[in-house]
Amino acid sequence: MEVVTLPLPPSLRSKLQAAGYSTIDSNVSPVELARDVCITHEEALGIIKLIPTSNVSPCGTGASSALDFCGQNAWDLFRHEKAKRRIITSCHDLDNILGGGICTKEVTEICGVPGVGKTQLGIQLAVNVQIPAELGGMGGHAIYIDTEGSFMVERAVQMIESSVVEIMRRAMLDPQVDMEALKSEVNVDKFLSQIYYFRIHDVSEQVAVINTLEKFMIEHGQVRLIVIDSVTFHFRQGFEDMALRTRLLSSLSLKLMALVQKHDLAIVLVNQVTNKITQEGSEVVPALGESWSHACTNRLILYWRDGQRFASLFKSPSLPTATAAYEVSAKGITDAFQTYKKAKYI
Amino acid sequence: MSRKLLRSMNLPGSTANVFSARSLHSAKDVLCKTELELMELLDMPLPVLSSVLARIYDCVCPPYRSVLSLWIERNAKEVAGGHLPTGLRELDHVMCGGVPFGLITEVVGAAGVGKSQMCLMLSVLTAMPRSLGGLDGSVIYIDTEHKFSPGRMMEIAQHKFPDIFRDAEMLQQFLLDDIVHLLVLSIGVSQDLTGLVQLALRVLVLHPSSVNDLMESLRALEKAIIERSARLIVIDSVAALLQSEYGRDRIIERQEMLGQQATILKFLAEAFRIPVLVTNQVRTKSDNQWSGPASANAPHDAHNRAIPIDFGEGGLEQHLTAALGTKWAHSVNVRLVLECTVSGHYLIKIVKSPMSPSVSFPYRLTQGGLELDTDSRPSGHIKKEETFY
Repeated sequence: MEVVTLPLPPSLRSKLQAAGYSTIDSNVSPVELARDVCITHEEALGIIKLIPTSNVSPCGTGASSALDFCGQNAWDLFRHEKAKRRIITSCHDLDNILGGGICTKEVTEICGVPGVGKTQLGIQLAVNVQIPAELGGMGGHAIYIDTEGSFMVERAVQMIESSVVEIMRRAMLDPQVDMEALKSEVNVDKFLSQIYYFRIHDVSEQVAVINTLEKFMIEHGQVRLIVIDSVTFHFRQGFEDMALRTRLLSSLSLKLMALVQKHDLAIVLVNQVTNKITQEGSEVVPALGESWSHACTNRLILYWRDGQRFASLFKSPSLPTATAAYEVSAKGITDAFQTYKKAKYI
Repeated sequence: MSRKLLRSMNLPGSTANVFSARSLHSAKDVLCKTELELMELLDMPLPVLSSVLARIYDCVCPPYRSVLSLWIERNAKEVAGGHLPTGLRELDHVMCGGVPFGLITEVVGAAGVGKSQMCLMLSVLTAMPRSLGGLDGSVIYIDTEHKFSPGRMMEIAQHKFPDIFRDAEMLQQFLLDDIVHLLVLSIGVSQDLTGLVQLALRVLVLHPSSVNDLMESLRALEKAIIERSARLIVIDSVAALLQSEYGRDRIIERQEMLGQQATILKFLAEAFRIPVLVTNQVRTKSDNQWSGPASANAPHDAHNRAIPIDFGEGGLEQHLTAALGTKWAHSVNVRLVLECTVSGHYLIKIVKSPMSPSVSFPYRLTQGGLELDTDSRPSGHIKKEETFY
């Protein structure tokens, strides 16, 4: 582009010509131009923007603001975050340390020793995701991918029965809720029909199901939670090549992260623990290795101490490390008994 | 499963040839590689590869069911909603009907508490007709420690169902009479023979002599279960062969074997909707208590911070724990602990279960196997308003 044809003030035009620029290419770097011509960066950018280009900028916004790129500003993100709904766990202390509950658009890992209640928490979340929107819930459906056979239909029925009672009780206190409409949405059969169950028997089926989730989400747009219980079991045997296992796991975790960003849903992964040999002896750590630690956004570790169950939030982008006591009862996950009531902040 | 062959999936001809030229014949061969690796190996452009993979995923992915349809089906078709009643009334109540189908139930205890007795008792119950609370099926009993006693099993049967198994004298006569013995085997079950013989014929006992033998048997079980209409698999015990063949220096191989056993057993349990019962031994616990959250001076390793490993299993004395480690503890779905307390009482405790609270019941070993002490109340973490009775 000829410098003389650009609508520039004479001082700038003469500076450009003095620096040897009779033509300017639209691809020139503003920093270089500013240095060559002895003008400020803003003036250099202003000159470059005057040059008509044949390509449209990647975001299709033309030459609006070079600082936007294709990102979003933090304020928009903050507003979105505040408006996000959460899936409660039915234990108030646990919900508090999670910032209100399990968050959508995030992958949360639940890790713990055998028998501490990982499956119980998974089933409780699959029930609670269905709490209607008018009562503060997500009103969504759930997918439960069972790789170990721990999902018990009877237990889901038990939890749903007490959940339905609790929802109706809260609804009656709210005068704005239409009880008749609510009854048709909130009943045991309806809730049972809104949990989709996959039983996975080996690694191939696990890979296949994770890859077909995208298609499933298109067909069942109301799904707001996917629980994989457990993501570990089939990866703990049958792999002589550990590097292959790590690569496969990374590719699966990337797919899950992408899924969670694209759709408005939460993914909960149940992980096991393993013994790691250290200099002092052995210690119990989450399974699947160091590299898997990066697969999740949040990591919740469940453990026993002195006969009481605790949950510790060990990894989170925005919340502090904290511990809460919880209990597993006939109704499902509940608050701990009085002695352990307060959530402890480490 | 993963053995599904690619050629059964109707892939377009040219792509199918490329896969088999690179020795990728089954779904597992393909799915255990990342997409980038496949692209390198097959020299195929990504869009073409993606559409072929989408077809493979569709074929391999199992169908989904809504939990409502599972609930309706199991209540309609299966005994006690998918459970094998143990005959121990309070235990059955807390376990929603009995030993569940589709899962691995483990019985753990020291020597002499009654693990094998429990296996024999449940074998008898499985063989009983549905009208008497049984599953009307046969049993596959894998006995690694040579503890299976057919005489004891028949004694349990007679004691539990005295009206059915009346003819003990006739049984003696059958045992002495070789000709009749051969007749029994050739014609299988018949109305004229005593019920105890029918019961014994329904229990197939295997004695694997090595871990490889055991793995072979497990792999062959699928066909055996169908041929014999088996409704229960018992392994007594899982620990014996493994601990003798794989010592401390071969822990990784042992864990691999255990993982494969667990995978096969879970598949069989779910595919045929039957209970799988295994027994396990105890060993002394190594001292490994978590001393508290990491202090500020400790190296900051949030991702792999040690997790406290107090398993909260109040059922075992403090220095004892189940054998075979943490990975096996994850693999079993239900863990029942049998123990003898210092006062000489026997307790059966539910330590891990997806649907029951952690309760314990006192029991006695009798001629009929195990019986609950009905005059004592169960103890455990039950609050008054949440009793299950």
